[in-house]
Amino acid sequence: MILFGRRAVRAFAQPRGGRSLWRDARRRFLANRAATASLAVLVLVAAFALLGDVFAPWSNEEIDWSMLGAVAEKGAPSLANGHYFGVDQLGRDLYARTVQGTRISLMVGIVGALISVVVGTLYGATAGYFGGRLDGAMMRVVDVLMAIPYMFVLIVFMVVFGRSILMLFIGIGLVSWLDMARIARGQTLTIRNREFVEAAVAIGVRPGRIIARHIVPNLAGVVIVYATLLVPSMILYESFISFLGLGVQEPATSWGALIAAGAGQMQYGTLWQLLFPLFFFVVTLFAFFFLGDGLRDALDPKDR
Amino acid sequence: MIAYFLKRLAVAVPTLLVLIVLSYVLIHAAPGGPFDAERALPPEVMANLERKYGLDAPLAVQIWRYLVSIVTQFDFGPSFRYKDQSVNAIIAQGFPVTLTYGAWAFVAAVLVGIPLGIAAALRHNTVLDYLAVGVSVGAQVLPNFVMAPILTLVFTLWLGWLPGGGWQGGQWMYVVMPVIALSTSFMASIARIARSSMLEVLNADFIRTARAKGLPARRIVLGHALKPAMLPVVSYLGPAFVGMITGSVVIDVFFATGGIGQFFVNSALNRDYPVIMGVTILTGALTVSFNLLVDLLYAWIDPRIRY
Repeated sequence: MILFGRRAVRAFAQPRGGRSLWRDARRRFLANRAATASLAVLVLVAAFALLGDVFAPWSNEEIDWSMLGAVAEKGAPSLANGHYFGVDQLGRDLYARTVQGTRISLMVGIVGALISVVVGTLYGATAGYFGGRLDGAMMRVVDVLMAIPYMFVLIVFMVVFGRSILMLFIGIGLVSWLDMARIARGQTLTIRNREFVEAAVAIGVRPGRIIARHIVPNLAGVVIVYATLLVPSMILYESFISFLGLGVQEPATSWGALIAAGAGQMQYGTLWQLLFPLFFFVVTLFAFFFLGDGLRDALDPKDR
Repeated sequence: MIAYFLKRLAVAVPTLLVLIVLSYVLIHAAPGGPFDAERALPPEVMANLERKYGLDAPLAVQIWRYLVSIVTQFDFGPSFRYKDQSVNAIIAQGFPVTLTYGAWAFVAAVLVGIPLGIAAALRHNTVLDYLAVGVSVGAQVLPNFVMAPILTLVFTLWLGWLPGGGWQGGQWMYVVMPVIALSTSFMASIARIARSSMLEVLNADFIRTARAKGLPARRIVLGHALKPAMLPVVSYLGPAFVGMITGSVVIDVFFATGGIGQFFVNSALNRDYPVIMGVTILTGALTVSFNLLVDLLYAWIDPRIRY
C-alpha cells in the first residue's frame, strides 16, 4: 500500500506533461505581437509608478509658489523648471502627482484582482466540487449579490466608513470575486469528474485537500486570464468613484481624481492637466485588455 | 414559461430585500447621525428629532417600517437635509431627466452596436471589419468619465457647437453629449459581442446546410443566423443596463443635468441618508426588473433554456 502514499499521489498530481503545457502556452503567447507589446508597456508603466519619483525634482505635495495665479501662462510642461508634465491648478508638480496616482490606481487594480483570485477561486471551487444543494445555495448568494447595482452600494459604503484607500480596497474586494466564483465553479464542474479526482477520492483524500491540491491547480489557466481582465475593470471602478470625488482623498490621488481635476480646469487652457493622466489611463487599460486577450489565446483550453 | 418566470422572480425579490436591508444596516452603522451639526444640539432636541423621524425604535423595527412604507405607499420618507422636500419629490424631479438621455443612450448603443457587429462579421477580414474591431477596442477604454471631458473639450471649447452642460427641459443640444458619452463604451461592447457570436454562428453546420440548399444570403443571415447570434448580445443587455445606470451618475454630475445622479452624489457628500437609500433602492428595483425582462426575452428567443 506504500505505493499509494502521499508522495505517490503528489507525483501523480503533477503530471510529467505539465511543463510542456506551460511551455506551449508561452510559445503561443510570445507569438502574439499585441500581447507581448502590451506586456512591455505595462512593465514600463509599473516602472514609472515605482521609480518615477527618483527623477522628480518636486514632490507631489510641494507647491511651486512662483506658479500660483499664473498656471495657464507659466505652468505648461517644461524640462527647464523641472515640471515635466506641468503643474496643476494649485501649483503642484503634475509629474509627481501622476506618479502617485499611477501607483494608487495600479495598486487598487492588483489588490482587487488578487482578492478576487483568492476568494473567488476557493468559493467557486468549493461550490462546484460539492455540488447539489450547497452549490445551489452558494451560487444563489452570488446571483443575488451580482444583481445589486454595486457602484451605489460601494458609494454608500465609502460614505459610511469614511473615504480612505483601505476602505476602497475592502469595498472593491467585497464584490470583485463574484465573476471569478462563477468562472471557477463552471470549470470545477468539468474537472471534478476526471479520473485523477476520482483516484484521489478513492484513496480517501479529504475534500478540502482535493480542492486545494487537485482542483485549484487545474483552474490556474482560466483564473490567470480572468484576473488579468479584472485588473483594468478594478481600475475603472476606482477611477469612476474618484472622478466623482468619492474615492481617494487629497493629498492622495489616482487617475480618476487627476482626470476629474484636469477636466474641471480645461476651460482655462491648462490641457496638460487632463491629457497626461488620460494618456496613462488609456494606455494602461489598453495594454491590460490586449494582455488578457493574449493570455486567453495562450491558456484557455476552450480555444485550443 | 410561467414556472421559469417564477424561478427568476425567486431571485429577484430576495435581491431587492438584501439590497434594502444591507443599505439600511450600513447606514445605521455609520458614525455620526444625520442631525449632527457644527454645534451639538441639546439632548432633548435630539431625542425629539429622532422620535419625529422614527429613529429611536430598534433597528429591525425601523427596517420593517421602512419596507412597509415603500411597499404600501411607495414612500421613501423625508430628506434629512432639505426639510421641505421628500425623497419622492427629489426622485420625481431628477429621474425623468436621467431616464430621458439614458433611454436614448441605450437605444443608440443597441441600434448602432448590433448592426455594426453584424456588418463586421459579414465582411469578415475586410477593411470594414478591421475598422469596426479597431473602433470597438478603442471605445472600450473610453468609459463615460473619459468620453465626457473629451467631448466637452472638442464640441464646446474648440468648436463651440454644443453647450457644455445644463438641461433646459431636454432640448436636443443638451441631450446629445450625455447620450454619446454614456453610450460609447457599451456600443463598442455590443458590437464586439455581436460580431464574434455572428462569426461563430455563420460557421455552424446548419448555416452550411442552408447554403448548400442554395438559400439566398439574405435569408440565411436574417432567417437563420440572426436569432441564435443575438443570444449573447441579449444576455449582455442586463450588465449594460446596470453599467448605464451607474454611468449616468457621472454624466449627471459632469454635465450638471439636474438628474438623479447629481442628487445622489450631493447626498453622499452631505450624508443625507434617506436620499442615498431611495436612489439606491430605486436603481436596484430598476436593475432587477430589467434583468427579469432580459431573462424572459432570452427564454422567448431560445426555447432550449426554459424550465
